[in-house]
Amino acid sequence: MKRITIDPITRLEGHGKIEIFLDRKGDVANAYLQIPELRGFEKFCEGRPAEELPRIVPRICGVCPGAHHIASSKCVDDLYHVDPPPAAKKLRELFYCAHVVHSHIAHFYLLAAPDFVMGPAADPAERNVLGMISKVGIEVVKDVMKYRGFAQDIQAVIGGKATHPVSGLPGGLSKSLSEEERRDIEEKAAGCLEFAKFSVKLFHDVVLGEKKYVDLITSKSYSMRTYYMGMVDEDNRVAFYDGQVRVVNPDGEEFVKFDGRDYLDHIEERVEPWTYLKFPYLKAVGWKGFVDGADSGVYRVAPLARLNAADGMATPLAQEEYERMFDTLGGKPVHATLANHWARLIEILYLSERLLDLSRDPHITADDVRTIPTETPTEGTGVVEAPRGTLFHHYRTDEQGLITDVNLIVATGNNHAAICMSVRDAARGAIKRGKVSEGLLNMVEMAFRAYDPCMACATHSLPGRMPLVAGVYDWRGNLIRKLTRE
Amino acid sequence: MNKRKLAIYWAATCGGCDIAILDTQTKVVEIADAFELVLWPIAADFKYKDVERLAQGSIDVCLFNGAVRSDEQEELAHMLRDRSNVLVAFGSCACFGGIPGLGNVSDKAGIFAKVYSDTLSTVNNNGIRPKTKVKVSEGELTLPGFHDTVRSLDQVVETDYYVPGCPPPVSLINKVADALITGELPPAGSVIASDKTVCDECPRERDENKKVKEFKGLSEVTPDPKKCLLDQGIICCGPATRAGCEATCPSVNMPCRGCFGPPAGILDQGAKLLSAISSIIDSKEEQEIERIVEQIRDPLGTFYRFGLPKSLFRRTMST
Repeated sequence: MKRITIDPITRLEGHGKIEIFLDRKGDVANAYLQIPELRGFEKFCEGRPAEELPRIVPRICGVCPGAHHIASSKCVDDLYHVDPPPAAKKLRELFYCAHVVHSHIAHFYLLAAPDFVMGPAADPAERNVLGMISKVGIEVVKDVMKYRGFAQDIQAVIGGKATHPVSGLPGGLSKSLSEEERRDIEEKAAGCLEFAKFSVKLFHDVVLGEKKYVDLITSKSYSMRTYYMGMVDEDNRVAFYDGQVRVVNPDGEEFVKFDGRDYLDHIEERVEPWTYLKFPYLKAVGWKGFVDGADSGVYRVAPLARLNAADGMATPLAQEEYERMFDTLGGKPVHATLANHWARLIEILYLSERLLDLSRDPHITADDVRTIPTETPTEGTGVVEAPRGTLFHHYRTDEQGLITDVNLIVATGNNHAAICMSVRDAARGAIKRGKVSEGLLNMVEMAFRAYDPCMACATHSLPGRMPLVAGVYDWRGNLIRKLTRE
Repeated sequence: MNKRKLAIYWAATCGGCDIAILDTQTKVVEIADAFELVLWPIAADFKYKDVERLAQGSIDVCLFNGAVRSDEQEELAHMLRDRSNVLVAFGSCACFGGIPGLGNVSDKAGIFAKVYSDTLSTVNNNGIRPKTKVKVSEGELTLPGFHDTVRSLDQVVETDYYVPGCPPPVSLINKVADALITGELPPAGSVIASDKTVCDECPRERDENKKVKEFKGLSEVTPDPKKCLLDQGIICCGPATRAGCEATCPSVNMPCRGCFGPPAGILDQGAKLLSAISSIIDSKEEQEIERIVEQIRDPLGTFYRFGLPKSLFRRTMST
């Protein structure tokens, strides 16, 4: 059996590794995405005071620390049976909108856009953010730095620091927002909104204006019929900070809608011996292996899943673009994995509109941002939509508030099975009868990158392309060919 | 012109140090201007093989972030040490083990049991555990080995400089970058940050004569935003922590948790903090002192939040 190893940053550096096995005919038999990393937060958070967890768990990920900080803050609210004052909830949401804007801008421009702006077949040396300067101009690249920086600044004002925020506590926040800080945020939010509009226009001009890209997005190799999960508000619109978790089936019909506290009734996780990351699946459907369709418990999260799982967006410009996307791509749900990029831009638009609304809220500078807990801590759940999908934190404590149990289902964990399947399908499209197409690396890379996988390497390789090496082995395991993108 | 060569690498870490380098905005461009990057997984496409090919001493500077807890991280630490003239432990994980270093309260078996069996959503009746070599129907898959103990970089290889912080703040990264660009480096072994303590930079008002009879957790109180947190009976690691962050956390009404590690001349951060705390306890009676100290609910996870692997304990159980 032939074997192809795609080792994103090489095995030794590993934050994610892909192995593709060919059968005797030379077609793809199977593909594995392995996560070679584990740090064990569930274990070493035991014994820590619950109110310290919002300061500890952001270190799960330096790219999306804000998601863990907010999920954890909500979790300790729940655990202490305390409801934060309105201004605290608004400030947390404001912080959180800025957080996702930072992450989404970084992903779209630094990782995804070069594929489309320069073209998937462009000279790899040019297919990066610096290469884009020649096509879109240095001003755009400067703006990317500037507005991602704004989003970081907004988080730092509310969270204390952008990377590894500290201000979340059971019952609210450690500090309120001054009028001066609010004005600064409002100005930066307005800038982010203009940049979001520009980004959507750029996507229309560069990607949707080209038939070959639309064909690529809708091609079979990049399509999978799965369940979709995302958080929604009371009107079933996309929500990031708070709401209910909704799952739609592969036909787009509501399968279940549940309160985050009940996640154990709906999700189970499977362990495989070949990866350090577990595989969640829908409990009611069951684990049927790495297959799609209504009989398989595999579900997807992240921008496209969120839009599929909701009925619309809560802000006008985002709603307009939401409708345009589903009209263009043939209605709901959209199964095309690469449509995640369009969905991500629609979310930047929504989040920027929401950011601006919140920054103008007359109550957001209220002094009262903390309700001190009075009840005995027991058990809590905190769920948010992280940039890369639904994130579950669940803690239990003793009477002193010391942690006795932690369970975490992280965004990319939800997508682990689906990413394995997308990689396998993309490989099947690129490898036939032992002939490995030169486009293999790129096709696999694009399948992988659309999810913006966090625990793997893509989000950790922010400003560049994800480097790939593929070795082709004969059935005895001898290296017969090596593909490297330099 | 032959530019000097720079490598940036991450091990057991979260990626936040790399985001912090990006957050310097213009400085990252200056760095790219002054150095030829031979390795930076976050930003550029260089292979492990390319590094392996480099001769000993051919990398001028390597910024290493993350702690060491797997076979491949250990191997890379050795490889980069061999090839680098200057090896910098960048960020708290590389300097002292960081938050992943709290993993030393358990070991591989304990962490695996929790993650792969005992977590509430996990269904694993056969007790499956990830393995370094696994036969699947199509062939064999491998994973790097997972260690019982998390180590700081200098517990694995000789380390020339330390840049603390979780992550290092932009102002400090700018300082480090300037030193690297100009080549005006401090004596080897230096911690590139202030020699003072967080208290020295903290804007809060301290009452030198203040004594406390009670310690409180932040679940119970909202502190007075102007007064010293320790004076209010809230454990703050400021007195035992190196300055350089401009007291970021106390400035947003949160206590310091010690991410910059111990100040100059202090071997064990927790011991230093304990002595600072002892000096403000308002009692002379042994039993009462004991009762007051017991109110500190999680001394290990508070005093050694970022530095358990480099503490005198290193870990809490033998394996």
